[in-house]
Amino acid sequence: MRPVTFFRAGSIDEAVAAVSGHPDSAFLAGGTTEIDLLRLNVVQPTLLVDVNDLPLTYLEDIDDGGVRIGAMARMSDVARAQRIVERYPGMSQALLLGASEQLRNMASMGGNMCQRTRCAYFRDGQSPCNKREPGSGCAALTGVNRGHAVLGTSDHCIASHPSDVAVALVALDAVIRTIGPDGTRTIPIESFFLPPDDTPSVEHPLAHGELIVAIDVPAVPVARTSRYVKHRDRVSYEFALVSVFSAMRVDDAGNVAELRLALGGVGTVPWRAHRAEEALIGRPATPENFAAAADAEFADARTTPMNAFKVTFAKRAIVRELSEVTS
Amino acid sequence: MAINQSTAAAVTGVRGPQDVPVTLDVNGSTHAIELEPRVSLLDALREHLDLTGTKKGCDQGTCGACTVWMDGRRVLSCLTLAMSCEGHQIATIEGIAQDGRLHPMQQAFIDHDAFQCGYCTPGQIMSAIALIREGNATTDADIAEHMSGNICRCQAYPNIHAAIREVRDADDGG
Repeated sequence: MRPVTFFRAGSIDEAVAAVSGHPDSAFLAGGTTEIDLLRLNVVQPTLLVDVNDLPLTYLEDIDDGGVRIGAMARMSDVARAQRIVERYPGMSQALLLGASEQLRNMASMGGNMCQRTRCAYFRDGQSPCNKREPGSGCAALTGVNRGHAVLGTSDHCIASHPSDVAVALVALDAVIRTIGPDGTRTIPIESFFLPPDDTPSVEHPLAHGELIVAIDVPAVPVARTSRYVKHRDRVSYEFALVSVFSAMRVDDAGNVAELRLALGGVGTVPWRAHRAEEALIGRPATPENFAAAADAEFADARTTPMNAFKVTFAKRAIVRELSEVTS
Repeated sequence: MAINQSTAAAVTGVRGPQDVPVTLDVNGSTHAIELEPRVSLLDALREHLDLTGTKKGCDQGTCGACTVWMDGRRVLSCLTLAMSCEGHQIATIEGIAQDGRLHPMQQAFIDHDAFQCGYCTPGQIMSAIALIREGNATTDADIAEHMSGNICRCQAYPNIHAAIREVRDADDGG
């Protein structure tokens, strides 16, 4: 790891000023991604601005049933917070199925939104990688890409997004709140995660020095019965091959009245399954319709010989999950 | 809210990249040392404080051998910068024995032969004590899930879990 300078911010203003006033600087939160990638020389800021002591660890009620989560709240605390467990159990499950307890004690919610892909070619610091070094190419396209994305890919990048909790948050229409050199703003979460397109190195719309200060999760009554299931190569402490966040309400006639569906492990971004949702709303909640909705979601999937299994896997995971919810 | 000039001017106190004074609270003692900001808590403990009980396995947050407590919570010292720990209480494997007597979890690991090569053991023990304190040791499935961040290449898991169950079920709760 190369030499760095260090500044511990005592306030949000101070943190924003320190990063925005230095071109090669970065915020340091839990460090579970940042320190790892620094040591690998994948990211090379020369000034780290430590935001761990900022008073952003709170959870508080907003808007008749929503929750505002401070950006420095740790994953383990959020997962077990009563409001989260009661209102968004699928989000709690997603948090607890991510990483290990040690990492969850460290990792912050704001940092989780900024975590980087686990693509081995991104992390090795030398392979062609448009995300790490724009214009250098993508070694994953023809490399070992079993874990890579099949939705939202481009000719320049097929890296999958690693977060679990972000899958829940896109399903819940969360909003990212920031403070930066130009003031405060709110960013709807689906606008926060940018697909690779022609610029894989641009992963979110944050300006240099713009700090995530909170995540607003709106009231979503149907989410009180939400679930998160994660399929992976081992039963714990592993990234998803396919994960499914679901929250569904079926009316007395047996039709899908409400549905929130999002997928992890298959997209270049945490993937809200809009097509599947639209295909099912107002239609009978049957396994046949679930399967048709899953087909619609993956109609444009772009696969490699190594990761094509994810399409079948994800479709089955969706059908099973929604069938179990209705049974 | 724009960040005005007076705020920006307040940003003083950037430290490093050369050695800088750092004060760490480890196992109840205060240590004044000098190190570069890039030094991890793990390296500070091992190389600067001679507390070599905490082990360096992967150095990238995947094995758990470097598990210590920060303010009573288990964390990975390899992915924590030492300078981020100023003002926080760190506890390592060297600090859990009391009055010359092993912590019950240390004794249970010996009694259950819960290690082979022993390299992951300090991290396992720091995790295991925290696991019970967290309330995450209720069932065998809980233990397996919440100990998954501590890898044992020798596969001593059954005996590790037996040691945890014994301490969990002891009258004093460990």
